[in-house]
Amino acid sequence: MAADTLFHRITDYAHRADPYPFYAELREAGVARQEDGSYLVGTYHEIEALLHDPRISSDRRNRTVPDETAAAEQGLPPAFIGLDDPEHHRLRRLTMRSFGPPHTPDRIAGMHDEITRIVKDLLAGFVDKERIDVVDDFAYPLPVTVICRLLGVPIEDEPRFRAWSDAIVAGIDPTPGEDPTERPRAAAEARKEMGLYLGELAEKRRAHPSDDMLSAFVSDSADGQLTPLEIMTTSVLLLIAGHETTVNLITNGVLTLLRHPDELARLRGEPALMPRAVEELLRYEPPVQMLPQRTPLADIEVAGVTVPKGAPLILMLASGNRDPRRFCDPDRFDPTREDNQHLGFGSGIHNCFGAPLARLEAQIALHELIQHLDTPRLVEDPPPYRRSPVLRGPRHLLLAPGRDDAQRGR
Amino acid sequence: MQGEPREGRIVVVGASLAGLRAAEALRDAGFVGSLTLIGEEPQPPYDRPPLSKQVLLGKVSADRTGLPQRRRVDAQWRLGVRAIGLDPIGKEVLLADGEKVPFDRLLIATGTRARPWPKPAEATLDGVFTLRTGEDAGRLAERLDAGPERVLVIGAGFTGSEIASACRERGLAVTVAERGPAPLVGALGGTLGALAAKLQRAHGVDLRCGVTVTELEGDGRLTGARFSDGSRIDADVAVVALGAVRNTEWLAESGLAAGPRGVTCDAGCRAFDMYGIVTDDVFAAGDVARFPHPLFEYQLLSLEHWGNAVAQAEVAAHNMVNPGPRRRPHLTVPAFWSSQFGLNIKSVGVPTFSDQVVIAQGSLKDARLVAVYGYRGRVTAAVSVNQAKALEYYERLIETAAPFPPAPGAADRIESPVPVPSDVPDPKTLSHGPTVALTGHLPDRRLTLVQPAR
Ligand SMILES: Cc1cc2nc3c(=O)[nH]c(=O)nc-3n(C[C@H](O)[C@H](O)[C@H](O)COP(=O)(O)OP(=O)(O)OC[C@H]3O[C@@H](n4cnc5c(N)ncnc54)[C@H](O)[C@@H]3O)c2cc1C
Repeated sequence: MAADTLFHRITDYAHRADPYPFYAELREAGVARQEDGSYLVGTYHEIEALLHDPRISSDRRNRTVPDETAAAEQGLPPAFIGLDDPEHHRLRRLTMRSFGPPHTPDRIAGMHDEITRIVKDLLAGFVDKERIDVVDDFAYPLPVTVICRLLGVPIEDEPRFRAWSDAIVAGIDPTPGEDPTERPRAAAEARKEMGLYLGELAEKRRAHPSDDMLSAFVSDSADGQLTPLEIMTTSVLLLIAGHETTVNLITNGVLTLLRHPDELARLRGEPALMPRAVEELLRYEPPVQMLPQRTPLADIEVAGVTVPKGAPLILMLASGNRDPRRFCDPDRFDPTREDNQHLGFGSGIHNCFGAPLARLEAQIALHELIQHLDTPRLVEDPPPYRRSPVLRGPRHLLLAPGRDDAQRGR
Repeated sequence: MQGEPREGRIVVVGASLAGLRAAEALRDAGFVGSLTLIGEEPQPPYDRPPLSKQVLLGKVSADRTGLPQRRRVDAQWRLGVRAIGLDPIGKEVLLADGEKVPFDRLLIATGTRARPWPKPAEATLDGVFTLRTGEDAGRLAERLDAGPERVLVIGAGFTGSEIASACRERGLAVTVAERGPAPLVGALGGTLGALAAKLQRAHGVDLRCGVTVTELEGDGRLTGARFSDGSRIDADVAVVALGAVRNTEWLAESGLAAGPRGVTCDAGCRAFDMYGIVTDDVFAAGDVARFPHPLFEYQLLSLEHWGNAVAQAEVAAHNMVNPGPRRRPHLTVPAFWSSQFGLNIKSVGVPTFSDQVVIAQGSLKDARLVAVYGYRGRVTAAVSVNQAKALEYYERLIETAAPFPPAPGAADRIESPVPVPSDVPDPKTLSHGPTVALTGHLPDRRLTLVQPAR
């Protein structure tokens, strides 16, 4: 395989459990050019600036180096996450209309009780289990159930779109040197199938609307309308994003808390701290480790290095989150940290669309879980990780539950 | 400064945004001495931006905009009483009720008040309003609830335009009269002024630019108004939005450099005396202050911006309790926001400190854009319309004095990549004052502060 560049080491599966030493190396190096012509940026202030820089495109089609992913994506146009303004803005605004303020201000807050109920149902399923897999038994089913409710997708179809979703996530994996065409091609195929599936569901809602987002997408509105193709790309994006990131936020959260038993005990006693603890998790172990698809539209200077127009520009959010020039004692997990403007949700115009939902799910899930389990113990540390270096998180997280049901009167 | 800076007596005059935030910051910084807040208004500190927005729309009542207290300030509150004088030798503030309040250090945060209609007999007609205080907003909101036939707004600066917007949202007929060529032109220049004019008309405002109101008619009650172009309208409500007057009269005999343009202070918020000598125990912050800003060639700036009041109050408080070498300058890039006619307008830098402007992102047609302002080849301000997330980038350009025009923001459609004159008019041609006043003579020597009619 190709040379042992920094990016190889960061993305190498062998280092998935702890990429942080490599991020420190990256920050040391400043802007790091890789042999394939891509540039890595890992310092907080530079990432922040680039996320707000209008000369940086999110559209891979602006890359001048050969880009297999973009080539393979020909089938379905990019969703708004991969577009620039003004198209990005139009699509994001139309999508936001049925998700958040100003048109739908209470959609997310209004799901509080329902999310709590789903969480409690999942916890009830723990009874009598010797081993709990936090991923399969808890952190995965929760966001999937929630995003299905929200979009209006039958949860019975979950196995179908899980396969598509896996293929799509594998497609955004930028690990250098590996099968450059196969994964992107499979991802494009999966996107198309998933898009067709969701497009059909949306069409059915036209005749039988309910209060989900797919229904809202097809209903008439004064300030514009998504086309059928846009409904496909957008709902694929939402389903994947709702599917793949919160799982890691919750799982990374459980893992981190179990590694910091004092903090866990403190959070159990002071539930009001949980929102801040979730912010700290987003800083300390962000589910989205990097943004691999930025491209400069002009030669730009970043920390003294000129990144040429069209070069792949990879923003290492997780590295910026541990930059000692921004956060004091950055490698310390501190759920009471103030001044915590992390990059966990990105920043700028592409700032995570689903952030309010992810926050709410993680807060409720972690709160309920630590109240439910008295002395949970990690069975395996580090746990086995998922393959992706972009959406990073354990594939399984086995716990010995250590609950005291009798005492809780169950 | 004698004694321990964290002890002694601090008096704050002006118990609103800057006063409260300074008091909190003083305690945060470890000030353990006695703290007195003197405020003319009887109610505890409240927020003004909602007064011309949510309050006029009836979404929030005027007495519900109280400022949250971020911590206990443990102070003597002297509310409902006005400071009428300052004895700089005896170090006492004189109150209207005759009391004298001694201090070791003083913070002046008396802000501004609405400039009244210049003809007193007309100003007192029933139906004629100004908007600065919660009480003003409450009375005006009540009158709008009653469903007037037509509202006349005199002055199309930010406050006037927001009032007009709220009235239209309520479905009321509105006439806006502006002496200058367009709404907001004094703050944002010609390009965005033209956009604002288009939008107001699209929202059904009867907008009249280049005219002044010459007479408010009525006999006890307002019935109509006459304009300089000879026309007249019927109106039963008029809101006078002619800008603000700085509350400095009480300092007239104090020997401080205090006048219609504000209280002049250094970048560390220390007030100057009338000879230009900096004092060590009198500080100023908020709308009343006038201070030099290095990004704008050390021009003295007066800002009527919420964020400036907060940031400057925090710096003033820090410097009041720290010895010389630990003191900090107030160098924040000016910033403000406004919402009107469905637009979210945000500004960083000083748009009036400009000779050219370019639409760097978005388009006027979509009313979603970033306009970037330059002065002699460097970026000095940016204003976003419905695109606030983009501003941070331009703030960085302002801070680093980046060349103007900026490299094209290729991530968006560019309408007119060519800079055009920013067309910031001489303030004398406006009905209202600009909310940012450069009180020196740059750029192009035209921006002298309009002297209020006294
Ligand atoms: C209607 C309206 C809308 C606004 N909207 C926005 C906006 O959207 N965005 C933005 O950035 N800014 C906005 N502003 C401006 C913002 O509110 C001001 O910048 C801010 O209030 C300044 O705070 P301050 O404490 O310096 O002064 P002020 O809020 O004016 O407070 C000064 C206080 O001092 C008191 N006082 C005055 N003289 C004396 C005396 N002699 N003795 C005792 N007390 C005295 C006054 O009664 C007053 O309470 C708006 C202002 C108004 C009026």
